[in-house]
Amino acid sequence: MSLTYNRKMLEEAEEVYDRWDREVEKTFEKHPERLKRFSTVSDMEIQRIYTPSDVREQDFVRDVGAPGQYPFTRGVQPTMYRGRLWTMRMFAGLGSARDTNERFHHLVNAGQTGLSTAFDMPTLMGYDTDSPRSRGECGRCGVAIDTLRDMEELFEGLPIDQITTSMTINPPAPVIWGMYIAMAENRGIDRRRLGGTIQNDMLKEFIAQKTFMCPPKPSLRLITDTVEFGTNEVPRWNTISISGYHIREAGSTAVQELAFTLADGIAYVDAALERGLDVDDFAPRLSFFFNSHLDFFEELAKFRAARRMWARIMKERFEAENERSLWLRFHTQTAGCSLTAQQPYNNIVRTAIEALAAVMGGTQSLHTNSLDEVLAIPTEEAATIALRTQQIIAEECGAANSIDPLGGSYMVEALTDRMEEEAFEVIHKIDEMGGMLAAIEKNYPQQEIADAAYHYQQQIDRNEKTVVGVNKYATDESLPVEVLQIDEELERLQIERTARIRSDRDQQRTRDCLEGLEEACVEGRNVMPPIIDAAKAHATLQEMCDVFRKVFGEYRDPGIY
Amino acid sequence: MPMERNRRLRVMVAKPGLDGHDRGARIIARAFRDAGFEVVYSGLHQTPEEIVHAAIQEDVDLIGLSSLAGAHLYLFPAVVASLRGRNAEDIQVIGGGIIPEEDIPKLKKAGIREIFNPGTPLDRIVAWVRQNVNPKE
Repeated sequence: MSLTYNRKMLEEAEEVYDRWDREVEKTFEKHPERLKRFSTVSDMEIQRIYTPSDVREQDFVRDVGAPGQYPFTRGVQPTMYRGRLWTMRMFAGLGSARDTNERFHHLVNAGQTGLSTAFDMPTLMGYDTDSPRSRGECGRCGVAIDTLRDMEELFEGLPIDQITTSMTINPPAPVIWGMYIAMAENRGIDRRRLGGTIQNDMLKEFIAQKTFMCPPKPSLRLITDTVEFGTNEVPRWNTISISGYHIREAGSTAVQELAFTLADGIAYVDAALERGLDVDDFAPRLSFFFNSHLDFFEELAKFRAARRMWARIMKERFEAENERSLWLRFHTQTAGCSLTAQQPYNNIVRTAIEALAAVMGGTQSLHTNSLDEVLAIPTEEAATIALRTQQIIAEECGAANSIDPLGGSYMVEALTDRMEEEAFEVIHKIDEMGGMLAAIEKNYPQQEIADAAYHYQQQIDRNEKTVVGVNKYATDESLPVEVLQIDEELERLQIERTARIRSDRDQQRTRDCLEGLEEACVEGRNVMPPIIDAAKAHATLQEMCDVFRKVFGEYRDPGIY
Repeated sequence: MPMERNRRLRVMVAKPGLDGHDRGARIIARAFRDAGFEVVYSGLHQTPEEIVHAAIQEDVDLIGLSSLAGAHLYLFPAVVASLRGRNAEDIQVIGGGIIPEEDIPKLKKAGIREIFNPGTPLDRIVAWVRQNVNPKE
């Protein structure tokens, strides 16, 4: 192995740029630079120019290499988008299962290549629509799923044996996945043929997204149950989508997003190994989910660094041998928190830039936010524009013609190295605390994110960071945007529907199934088989989640600010 | 006119309902603290009744509600109604988060004093509070 640049070239470059620097700085008295300090969205300082000296330590074979080859900096597959484009997967969910099913059909007809389900808050928290805690929330930010019937209606007429389905669900993930498997089996589809993803990443819930049910330790046990069950029974399913997205949305920096996400990944691998699974049996089904924020180069470098870091972690720390265990495959969503309610049409442009960064970074699938997502669930028209944005990037602008087209840029390589270095420092800190579970119990990541979020807000308030249409170029006129309305009747109808299913079912069978689930929880057997049985016996989401709450206890927000 | 201050303003920042988006609420809580107010943060996943109970216990002058998951039309008025039910309507209520423009008049009619949308500078919210809320005697 050898360094990317030879000594002679480095010396020459240094000489050229030293001279250049001196000449440029002479002009500053008359023509100063626009800012005293240039920095990324995450406030990482950016140099005037990047040169070979900034990547002098980089070893081409060790650090960059070729796509499809360790350490996968340039992509996990050898052909990347020249072989197959990323999956265009628009996150959708609104109102009733019927309403969302219609949206799914619309998106598939518009050329979408994968499904992605957004659930409403009660579903995300493991409550039925008729729980007092669910009042006013039914169908507001996703679809309400209480029973197997809702799940069946949600996917009616969709080819789930050919198309993969992603479900953004966390504390009740084993239950929702169990309902999905039950639904597929009732349709005659073998579970071994099912492909898709459940988010099922509780660690980042405690850190950032804050939907929780049971305390961290039993949460990790339930996740490990799904990993074990998936490995043996549903081999094409990604059982965890280890997510940085929400960490970033909560206000972290790019480095924190990267570090906390990979540290979460390490904790899941540790838990599965403790369960006695072989790393190469389950690691290929771990997937990732990142945010793509507005700072193009910072994001691009983050994606490249993430792939390289995970490959190194899996190989060096966990001694994985299967090449697929080393792959960091990831879904990306453009940054919801970068969108503005003011001048909402500007959001189309923001999303396009963020999506381009994700594609340049080699994402496996992508959701592009709609221009109205900062106001409500997207209208069909807005969601279509967002999908078209991906199609334009894929098929008009040439971005998918060559693999890792920005690799080799001094800036991109230097930022990639720096991201890796800084993120590994954070991971080491977490290791020293005793791992991510211990760090969460100490509120370490929560506090770090809160600090970063406050710092960013203060920068905006001081006009150190520009948000177009908000703290600069603001106008009084407002372009009206059509906002999707959720029918007020929906909640009443869903409550009636669930009550009817509850009273029509075979009560003895449901009770037996729920008892079976409780026994599995208490005795430490895998919860997935009894969940699938209970789902088929029309036990509701909350009835199953209440079993978890009863056995494992409930987690309450520590309320740190 | 702000009166002579007997004690510092006491403010509760609260998250009603199941919504977990707490970035805004926590930033507002810090901004209120930095402005010299005494701040109580409810934490997540509180029912309107739990919020009102805590607000009375903590003897606050103002409740700031945050919602980003679309249930504000039910949850915000429910907090005001619960305050009235407990004869605590001297505690004022403001709100923020993802609130569509056309919902704002409905919320104000229900007794929410002011709604702050995303992008509002922190000092504008602090200034509004100083101008409109007096610490209780």
